Amino acid sequence: MVHRLVLRNLLHRPLRTLLTILAVAVEVTMIVLMVGVSEGLLTESLRRTRGVGADILIRPQISSAAIGGADISARLPSMLQDRYPLITQAMGATVFTPGNLQTITGVDWDQLDAMSGGVVLFEGRPYEAPFEAVVDEVYARQEEITVGQAVELMGRDFDVVGICETGKMSRVFIPLETMSDLQGWQGRFSQVYIKVAEGSDIRALIDELRELIPNRSVDSVEDFLALTATSVRQMSSQFVNIIISIAVSIGFIVVMLAMYTAVLERTREIGILKAIGASKLMIGSILMRETLILSVAGIACGYGLSVVGRELVSIRYPLIPVIFVPEWLAGAAVLTVIGSALGAGYPAWKAASADPCETLSYE
Amino acid sequence: MTTNTERPLIRIRDLRKVYRFGSVDVPALRGVSMDVQAGEFVALLGPSGSGKSTLFHIVGGMLAPTGGSVEIDGVRLESLSDAQRTELRKSKVGFVFQRFNLLPTLTAEENIRIAQHIAGRAGKDEGHFEELVRILGIRHRMRHKPSTLSGGEQQRVAIARALVNRPPILLADEPTGNLDSENSLVVLEVLKTLNRDFGQTVMMITHNPDAAQECAARVLHMRDGRISEPRRD
Repeated sequence: MVHRLVLRNLLHRPLRTLLTILAVAVEVTMIVLMVGVSEGLLTESLRRTRGVGADILIRPQISSAAIGGADISARLPSMLQDRYPLITQAMGATVFTPGNLQTITGVDWDQLDAMSGGVVLFEGRPYEAPFEAVVDEVYARQEEITVGQAVELMGRDFDVVGICETGKMSRVFIPLETMSDLQGWQGRFSQVYIKVAEGSDIRALIDELRELIPNRSVDSVEDFLALTATSVRQMSSQFVNIIISIAVSIGFIVVMLAMYTAVLERTREIGILKAIGASKLMIGSILMRETLILSVAGIACGYGLSVVGRELVSIRYPLIPVIFVPEWLAGAAVLTVIGSALGAGYPAWKAASADPCETLSYE
Repeated sequence: MTTNTERPLIRIRDLRKVYRFGSVDVPALRGVSMDVQAGEFVALLGPSGSGKSTLFHIVGGMLAPTGGSVEIDGVRLESLSDAQRTELRKSKVGFVFQRFNLLPTLTAEENIRIAQHIAGRAGKDEGHFEELVRILGIRHRMRHKPSTLSGGEQQRVAIARALVNRPPILLADEPTGNLDSENSLVVLEVLKTLNRDFGQTVMMITHNPDAAQECAARVLHMRDGRISEPRRD
């Protein structure tokens, strides 16, 4: 019977109910999409690093995921290959970060092709001339680039000669020498990728390399990915936490306002229930049940909106991948329910503790 | 109905209630004493501000007195906690209000059933439910929301709600105050029937001396927080 009363109360003011559900849905969507974008960017970045096909990565010591600059000697790869026969390939690359979360990579295409096990070109060919570029399919889609079109990179026009698969090192590739000339990085690399013969003792080689070049970071690619994932998650968590706090606050305020309005509107009905013997617990629980239904409906709508949001982002901003994190789908639901319950707490308490005589005489 | 023939169902002694508005004390009841026997129909007449509603609310366990004592079916009200008074409203008292006070989102039947649910009697005593609905002549209106019922029908639904848990006392506050004369007669007749045929104790507040005389075995007059002219007809 109380369930029926709760449902009827919600249906009695459909617009208010709908708006509250929508607000809760927006809260959930904000949390799910924000975490999804953060996780998507990280995962995509890690996927591209893994896609190089290297076993060991050498970087400047201060460098992490977002690498810019070049101070590793260009002689290092050949020197290492000469010294360690188990190294089957050593490849240097230069990385420029223009500031839009994307990177432009200068790399020898043949070396990248060999190390990664082959980079699929969907259209065109690899670069051959200094001011030619290859972009990945996602970048091409976002920027609406086709083969033969010119793009401006680092203040210079490059002809796009090929569109390749995504997930191999970078989204934009230019010749190594061109990058070095433009940035004044002749004779230097930003990072060096090393591939070793199958069955080699990678750990032992890393230990030796660390002794040989102590002023560089030498890690297995798997360790680097794990380290990067941890540090990026730590950095992004602060920002994500702020967004989540704002989202939960919005939900809290909207639910509180909706329930407070409902209590004011139903003052007399609360008095009626009290007059026929409803306890404080029951009055409060009616409000809390309404809130729970609004929250659950809002969470369900929020999940739906998140799917729609992800599709819209993928259409409008293909460079921003959104990955739904199951833990955060549940986390968003829990935070929403807690926020909503807290928001309904005061109105529920106000209703439960209302004086039956006063509420019955409320006009 | 649970009654004790050796003591009155309602026993009120020197009942006082003072409302405080800021620093001003406003006495509403100034020492009311009265008894109501089980099965009696008592009408309380008096002008606005005479203390009728305050007395009604105290007897119904919705308001705590400032002084004096009220005993309902052997239970002293002045010592009850808020939660205990809530329990009292479930089991000892049924309310009928001038404005009907039905829950607008529920149907007539649901308005009655929710009182059963609150009292923990959902699904029990179906025979009594059916009998009440029959006596009150509202069986055919059970699926209707209050907004589609006439005033008289709404008040009869309210009476059914008040009595569905078999409370010893029915408190009716101006039950015909919002009704036209035709519906007023129907409601008063129902109250008389319940009292006469089923022994229901009724305490009714009214402005209408004719209604009081018509229904009640005893009419009490209230003025300035006191019962001024108790008399037996």
